[in-house]
Amino acid sequence: MNTLPQWAELLVSFFIILGASFTFIGSLGLLRLPDFMARLHAPTKATTLGVGGIIIGSMLYFSLSDTLSLHELLIAIFLFLTAPISAHLLAKAGLHLELKLTDNTRDLRKKPEQYSDKDS
Amino acid sequence: MNKLLPAPWWSLFLLVFWLLLQNTVSFGAALMGTILAIVIPLYTHRARDYRVTLHRPLVAGQYFIILLGDIVVSNFNIAAIILRPRKSIQPALIEFPLEISGSVPITVLASTISLTPGTISAELGRDGRSLLIHALNVTDADAAIEQIKRRYERRLKEIFQC
Repeated sequence: MNTLPQWAELLVSFFIILGASFTFIGSLGLLRLPDFMARLHAPTKATTLGVGGIIIGSMLYFSLSDTLSLHELLIAIFLFLTAPISAHLLAKAGLHLELKLTDNTRDLRKKPEQYSDKDS
Repeated sequence: MNKLLPAPWWSLFLLVFWLLLQNTVSFGAALMGTILAIVIPLYTHRARDYRVTLHRPLVAGQYFIILLGDIVVSNFNIAAIILRPRKSIQPALIEFPLEISGSVPITVLASTISLTPGTISAELGRDGRSLLIHALNVTDADAAIEQIKRRYERRLKEIFQC
């Protein structure tokens, strides 16, 4: 493995730090946001860019120091497929258990019975 | 759509997938990938009870690029909301009236909503005509619905013709 030129090292470090910061902010969001539904937003969104940044950093590092390396893209594909689905299932579970939401949540449902378990 | 390639886009995806797994583009890997890309759809084709046709591949490509851009924007939005002091957000549960139909287009739209700025799809209505969305920070719910309709639903309607 040969060493990288300095600009490449800076670029790779930039992407890894970007990814790490977003992953950290995503985890921080779990702690700071007020209720269950709001907390769901943090890990589904902030971490896609978090993982994305680290993946780009890894692709750049291995492509520049050795041969072209793209199989990190598979991680991104799987993440894009699975993150919304797990978020949807968690949101669904939270909705049906009728977890308490923060007081300033506005409920704009016109037909709430469409989304509940109860037989009307 | 012929006998050997019942789902051409899926076969192409499998071939690219195999090459990415191998992390090289050599003759052997391409040959093995092609064999798999032909055999796997033939073997599993009967198990697929929904039929989806990509009518506008170019629009699908455009959709994907728009989606990538929006994911980056949404990441910055959420990061800003998290780092701001709490209690300043205005969450809402919004009902989104669906114009598209079919399980695959609705799944794609629901995933898109979950990945883009400040919204998560929480539930599909029992009649399949509406989606329940949880928005993290909205002031004007109608404008948010209008934006999703204009930006994503219109394009999905064009892509899947449903």
